[in-house]
Amino acid sequence: MSEAFRTRDGGRIDRTRPRSFRFDGVGYQGLAGDTLASALLANGVHLVGRSFKYHRPRGVVAAGSDEPNALVGVWRDEASYAPNLRATQVELYEGLRAESQNRSPSLRFDRGAMAGLLAPFLPAGFYYKTFLWPRRAWARFWEPRIRAMAGLGRAPTLPDRDRYAQTYAHCDVLVVGGGPAGIAAALAAAAGHARVILCDEQAELGGSLLAETEATIDGMAAQAWLAEALARLAREPRVRVLPRTTGFGYFAHNFVGLAERLTDHLAEPDPQAPRERLWQVRAREVVLATGALERPLVFPENDRPGIMLADAARTYLRRYGVKPGSRAVVATAHDGAYRAALDLHRAGVAVAAVADLRPDPEGPLVEAARAAGIAIRPATAIAGTKGRLRVRSARLVRIGAEGEAGGGASAGETVGCDLLLMSGGFTPSVHLFSQSRGQLAFDPVSAAFLPARPAERCRSAGACRGTFGLAAALIEGYAAGEAASAAAGRGGAPGLGFAVTGAIDTRGGTLGATPHGRDAARVKAFVDFQNDVTAKDVKLAVREGFRSIEHIKRYTTTGMATDQGKSSNMNALAIAAVALGRPLPEVGLTTFRMPYTPVSFGAFAGFARGELFDPLRRTPIDPWAEAAGAVFEEVGQWRRARYFPREGEDMHQAVGREVRAVRQGVGIFDGSTLGKIEVVGPDAAEFLNRMYVNAWSKLAPGRCRYGVMLREDGFVMDDGVVGRMAPDRFHVTTTTGGAARVLATMEDYLQTEWADLDVWLTSTSEQWAVIALQGPRAREVLAPLVAGADIGREAFPHMSVRACRVAGVEARLFRVSFSGELGFEVNVPADYGRAVWEAILRAGRGFGITPYGTETMHVLRAEKGYIIVGQETDGTATPDDVGLSGLIGRTKKDFVGARSLRRAAMAAPDRKQLVGLLTEDPREVLQEGAQIVANPQTPAPVPMLGHVTSAYHSPTLERSIALAMVRGGRARIGEVLFVPMPGRVVKVSLCDPVFFDREGVRLDG
Amino acid sequence: MGESVEREGALDLLATATRLAASGPEARLVLRVRPAGVAAASSAFGVDLPTMPCRAERAGACAALWLGPDEWLLLAPAADEGCVAAALEDGLAGHPHSLVTASHRQTAVVVDGARAAALLAIGCPLDLDLAAFPVGMCTRTLFAKAPIVLWRQGVARFRIEVWRSFAPYLWQVLDGGLREGLAE
Repeated sequence: MSEAFRTRDGGRIDRTRPRSFRFDGVGYQGLAGDTLASALLANGVHLVGRSFKYHRPRGVVAAGSDEPNALVGVWRDEASYAPNLRATQVELYEGLRAESQNRSPSLRFDRGAMAGLLAPFLPAGFYYKTFLWPRRAWARFWEPRIRAMAGLGRAPTLPDRDRYAQTYAHCDVLVVGGGPAGIAAALAAAAGHARVILCDEQAELGGSLLAETEATIDGMAAQAWLAEALARLAREPRVRVLPRTTGFGYFAHNFVGLAERLTDHLAEPDPQAPRERLWQVRAREVVLATGALERPLVFPENDRPGIMLADAARTYLRRYGVKPGSRAVVATAHDGAYRAALDLHRAGVAVAAVADLRPDPEGPLVEAARAAGIAIRPATAIAGTKGRLRVRSARLVRIGAEGEAGGGASAGETVGCDLLLMSGGFTPSVHLFSQSRGQLAFDPVSAAFLPARPAERCRSAGACRGTFGLAAALIEGYAAGEAASAAAGRGGAPGLGFAVTGAIDTRGGTLGATPHGRDAARVKAFVDFQNDVTAKDVKLAVREGFRSIEHIKRYTTTGMATDQGKSSNMNALAIAAVALGRPLPEVGLTTFRMPYTPVSFGAFAGFARGELFDPLRRTPIDPWAEAAGAVFEEVGQWRRARYFPREGEDMHQAVGREVRAVRQGVGIFDGSTLGKIEVVGPDAAEFLNRMYVNAWSKLAPGRCRYGVMLREDGFVMDDGVVGRMAPDRFHVTTTTGGAARVLATMEDYLQTEWADLDVWLTSTSEQWAVIALQGPRAREVLAPLVAGADIGREAFPHMSVRACRVAGVEARLFRVSFSGELGFEVNVPADYGRAVWEAILRAGRGFGITPYGTETMHVLRAEKGYIIVGQETDGTATPDDVGLSGLIGRTKKDFVGARSLRRAAMAAPDRKQLVGLLTEDPREVLQEGAQIVANPQTPAPVPMLGHVTSAYHSPTLERSIALAMVRGGRARIGEVLFVPMPGRVVKVSLCDPVFFDREGVRLDG
Repeated sequence: MGESVEREGALDLLATATRLAASGPEARLVLRVRPAGVAAASSAFGVDLPTMPCRAERAGACAALWLGPDEWLLLAPAADEGCVAAALEDGLAGHPHSLVTASHRQTAVVVDGARAAALLAIGCPLDLDLAAFPVGMCTRTLFAKAPIVLWRQGVARFRIEVWRSFAPYLWQVLDGGLREGLAE
């Protein structure tokens, strides 16, 4: 075995399956079951990264998701590169490649470490107060440099090829955390026949049981009990157990987000298999069994590689068979560290001393350590450490009766070591409980914030509730699972007792900085390892006047790294409380926010990427347009043909040709995206009277009318042609983009205001394909295809509708025009849309029938001064503003928006009104959105008179045209105004918005 | 005249997956009528219109899906569209109502197989457990970004009614989920 620090036996790794991997280009060997961190430690590698701000050498501190230092980049290829992964959670597979971060050129020699020498000039909040002079240097010099320094890790440069799955899930009881309490909860809920989801962030469920080698549960070794419990859960069809799954967010109404990592642990994953899966779980009841995290001690130079949490060291030894060093000093305020010391001692690691902050440590573990010959130093703190890339020694000082350490930089005893374990006690993981808006309360006995009043239907059990003993956690977990199952309406299972032996309850803990007797202004005792925040920084923030813990957090950035202060929040809070001279619970805790640990963007995106980012809606005629070489544009979710260029044509040329074809011959246009609503019932006309400004009662069946609807504030909301098919049946059309909104608005009025009306609305937008045929020869093309209706000039005048057959297909044929030319719109059931389109094309071949797109449609209507809602209107235009006051039914008492129209301001003469604009230079096409002013020489701010809403080159007029909304515009027609553009001013004259065929004679062909 | 044209479904271009099937042409009618007219509609259509919310009734090749207190989606063989509509208009002559043909507005995808509910769960936020969503239940809901009507026709068989322009999107998301499931 090449791993020098691997124990001879024990652990949950598979010693028969070696795994080669590379870290920073160097080849190593580990075992199946290792994490990257445990495999590196087995090879004696502690130095794994450089710190964020000072680029200090850092080592592995923890064994789980709370790891603040060992952040690595892992990749199979560039497209799969994932930065900032915690090495303690990266499972080893054959051929794994990983690299350290925040160092250049290498981990051992890092240029950025210069920042450490500059540390006196980089205090907390330095970016708020330095670099501000000279003023111009900030943007040009300091900011780019600080930005280059900021951030950790690098983003992959290639698009992510992996698939990310998502699923919704429902259950009676969701258990987050698969330690003893969580497993007991799942067993209880399963016994009650509840639907259960049990998730745990680690590769194996079991939590603390995975490193438990002494305790027995119900007469079985703890790990044997674990295996049996998991086997039992696996047999339950209503229980789903999810390893490698982090409960990262707890949202309203027991909606919990879980991130499952599916393939990152595999050497050769199936490329079709998703890499991660986002679970969106709706649970009737939630049991939180998220455990607790060990706190580091805040002593000077507590961040050297080789300094790690005591329980993490025990985990490496017990679970991974790794000795994290050869000579250890243990610094603690908690009994648990003695268990680690004993385990290391038995494994052959020399334990030089246990420095306990407490004056008289006692209890079975302390006695056992003493019996094993381990030197115990009560009332002793760490005053400092030495060692550049690995801890080399620790200096131990006595704490006096007043709690102060003996002074001086050389006081106390220097003990050589390559491993320094620390334990400040355990912080219950209340992140999810707090995210759910549950209230925490400070428990003075355990000196911890514990779940108090839940805001959701959830229960906490085990260490996350401050219940630390194994037996107590099992019993509490089982009771929580049972209660949750019963509350979810399933059975409660009879309470189970758990007979536990060999588990020793532990006590103790401290919060905040520990005494060291040195000049506090000159030592670096780290609170937040990941953001390089020291005890000094927190005190500085208080000195500079910050009082709220939320402000202190933001000023110092403590707790704001990707670990969200898992190991630092309580220590920072305690230091701030001392500095503020206020009791800790009064200072309060910062808010916990999702995610518990970082979640990849891929998991959130799921399948919603590329062409599935949003539904792309296509009309039945779209495949024909694609084959015909159309250039498309997206209109909301719809894809519409914009123009149909012929060989060598650009848009300008194609649109010119298409416009001329419609004006001189006949054009064909796919209008299928138009919104359509079938309004049916005896009260249909009355309903439309109320919804639209127009009057509908006298509209005869077989006739149509252009309708405008307003919002209650009197402004134009939508428009469209409405045809009366029968006395009680209207075919209403809306704009493409307004279809859903109009239907929802109508339905809203119907259900809330006029439930007495016998009328119903049905969306038929997609029932009908709409083929517009426009141009002087449209009737000649269409007539031979029509059966069952006379479409002659007299029998079928402008604004008529007939049910008939077109090309053999049942159709609704409208005589309408959005081009100003003789026009028809053929509505056929959508499955026949393409075939009828092609039939009309064949019929029109002899007439030079020309397909045209939305761009040509826009030009045609602009030449006629027809508005587009949303282009000429912006939600503040009345019908009169856009020249449509004539549509308002004179005899109507009321309609939606009528009362608002009677307000004086709505009739003010200086409202913006629709006008046409002609530029002096006929080739100059204005920019839509450009502002219009009376005198560009006026000193700023120049009063804006209005803006350009539409501007095109008009092939018909062979010059540019524009529509605009201008204050008092109709009275200004003939005046000259100005459109300021960058570097120049365009002169325009105001004219009538109808540029072509003002008399409308062409509508009759 | 003399044109004979082919009918073309919204999903005709996508037609492979094993456990997804695009249904062929069918007649669909949206009926809106107040409670007083339900009996008349039932006898005219030949299917008892369900009055229990979110339930579907079938009789022969026809079905009625409750979509709202006064709203049903009626399904029938494509060839019967005209006669079914005529029979309903006749039968409901005395009752204010709205009958609108929507045969081409939407299409159907059938998801069939042991993992049908799991497949639907990738995009449908509803609880599809048999106890929560029993056989015969139907409802308007969402599948990812597509509005749908979901109808459980069997323990492991669902029918999705979807507007035609959303159908390719729905199909591709389901097909992707199916391939993911097979890869796992």
